[in-house]
Amino acid sequence: MPLDLVLNVVISGVLTGLVYGLMALGLSVIFGVVRVVNFAHGEMMTIAMYAASVLFAALGLDPFVAMLPIAAAFFVFGYALQAGLINPFITRPEHSQFMLLVAVAIIIVNAMLMIFGPDARNVQVGYQLESFELGRLLIDKARLYAAAAAVVATAALFGFFRFTLLGKAIRACSDNYLGAKVVGLDVKRLYALTFGLGAACVAVAGCAMVLLVEVTPSLGPAYTLLAFVIVIVGGLGSMGGALLGGVLIGVSEALAGLFIAPSAKSMFSFGLLILVLLLRPQGLLGRRS
Amino acid sequence: MNRRTFNRNIALVGAAAALSSFGIARAQAQKLRVGVLLPRSGFQGFIGQSCQKGADLAPGVIKEILGVDIELMHADTETNVDTARTRAERLIQEGAHVLVGPFDSGAAAAIAQVAEQRGVPFVINIAAAPQITEQGYKYVFRNFQTAIDIVRNGLDLIGDLFQATNTVPRSAVFMHVNDTFGQAMAKGIGALLPRRTQLPFKIVDSISYDPAAKDLTVEVSKAKASNADFLLLVCRLNDAILLRREMVKQRWDPMGIVSPGSPGMYEEQYFKTLGKLSEYSISNVPWYNPNAKLTRVVEKAFLKHNPKDKLVFHGLNVGFTFEAILVAADAFRRAKSVDPKTLADALRQTNITEKMTLGGPIKFNEKGQVEGIGSACVQNLNLTPTVVLPANAATAKPVFPAPHYKKA
Repeated sequence: MPLDLVLNVVISGVLTGLVYGLMALGLSVIFGVVRVVNFAHGEMMTIAMYAASVLFAALGLDPFVAMLPIAAAFFVFGYALQAGLINPFITRPEHSQFMLLVAVAIIIVNAMLMIFGPDARNVQVGYQLESFELGRLLIDKARLYAAAAAVVATAALFGFFRFTLLGKAIRACSDNYLGAKVVGLDVKRLYALTFGLGAACVAVAGCAMVLLVEVTPSLGPAYTLLAFVIVIVGGLGSMGGALLGGVLIGVSEALAGLFIAPSAKSMFSFGLLILVLLLRPQGLLGRRS
Repeated sequence: MNRRTFNRNIALVGAAAALSSFGIARAQAQKLRVGVLLPRSGFQGFIGQSCQKGADLAPGVIKEILGVDIELMHADTETNVDTARTRAERLIQEGAHVLVGPFDSGAAAAIAQVAEQRGVPFVINIAAAPQITEQGYKYVFRNFQTAIDIVRNGLDLIGDLFQATNTVPRSAVFMHVNDTFGQAMAKGIGALLPRRTQLPFKIVDSISYDPAAKDLTVEVSKAKASNADFLLLVCRLNDAILLRREMVKQRWDPMGIVSPGSPGMYEEQYFKTLGKLSEYSISNVPWYNPNAKLTRVVEKAFLKHNPKDKLVFHGLNVGFTFEAILVAADAFRRAKSVDPKTLADALRQTNITEKMTLGGPIKFNEKGQVEGIGSACVQNLNLTPTVVLPANAATAKPVFPAPHYKKA
């Protein structure tokens, strides 16, 4: 097997994995703080992909430019969803939360089907078919930009949680719900902020993803599942874990496709999931509960 | 009103209602209810919608040429075998006399089981897996080539293509979808290619992939690394688009992309999405005869229903879907009944010579399969699927090897 072929495939796997990681990061952040598993995660990303394609078709806006307004809109949407719909369910049994978010997912899929129809949509920017050439290596421009956006968004989120007062307050809620309430933090508002941030993350991932895949209303469930695999591999609630999980899944799928059979790619991500669940149930960077 | 008058009136109303319901039943028997199953959503949605255009125009055209009334009942299989099965069940429950569809071998196999169990005739428009008509079914009929026939005709046309262009490619990389159709085609190529000694090339690598794949980077990297002269491709639509884009990104420029018989590269969406990148792709597929009388009638109806469309982008899908409904209507006209067994018997006696697609008359053999359906080598030229072989049906000369994509 030629080395340049292996390297090309690995690079592509890493870049795709970073975008996967950003998508899963939103899920991880929401679960890490709010302790609610967002079963509408992939569907929310699909809305962002549609928003990017609509803005591109209507205004010719590059998805990387559209990222900012879409992320802002998603922040508001996420905040409203948590404040208006999910907060009342926080103290209810987990199956109620599960059913609530599954219902949200189904509503999103059907609403998109009604609005956009079943046809696939895409965005075709000038650099989408171009590659950077480094010796015998070819790096897909769109994929590289998407991965860079994922890294920047992750770094910004990490910085927010690490260095701002608001971020520290959210982390305090995540670490000790009762303690946070005792010291006077408005936990429900902080939950809503967190859900908003998670939704904004998904929006950025969706804008990057629309450059790599075509969007259809039925795309969501597959990405919800993928996000779950990634966060479980990386460690539910761990930001670094989400990114690491994304890269691991991206690279393992790419290498499995190269060395074994392309049609067996997804089998390997699930194989990796089982391995992690057996050997390190809390995930690679997750904390033992 | 006294009791006697009241009872008499009630009796009259009852009798009238009963008679009118008989009347309705009689009127309904004059109409054939055709359940049309197509993948109008999901990853085959574009092709399903293209086939749907053939179904939509069928009642009007068939009324005109056969004088038969048809009522279509539509069902979306959502590109899902299980959904296809349940939708077929539902159509039968709702009173479909015949099922038609479903542009997919997996779905066709599932619907065939339902049709056979429920004893309702099923006319397949497009689906190539040979096993569908090898099960001894009594109610399943197919007016489309089997994978083996498609491959046989497709490989023969590849030989003709090389001869017509004076080219001698020595190697090919074979990429194919791993669904029922793709596996059947791969099996056919594995069986037939070694026997085609006149073909100068060998397959140096065989790569299967998921037709619903969202990323074909690895697959194309592998194919490129094989250094094959050309790409032999059995695809669907969305994956064909993904694959072509990935070839450009990876700067892989083989002599050409040739399909020995699969959908995708002649579809309107392929042209719309890829623009000039769609040029020179070749599909050796069952095709329609633009010069047939029936084609002209269908084309007129097609343009009436779809004023912004061109038949050439939907010819195969419209042609075979329309013909499947025509076959059912013709059997109904001769059977003069919607009784399933009588209809199935009439279907077995089908002999339609005035047809839209290439090849001999529509006649089912003892397995319910039409033999002698023709194929054409269709190349994308000037953003239009163009017949380039066989020479007697060609409207342009084949271009092979394809020019570098940047010069396209």
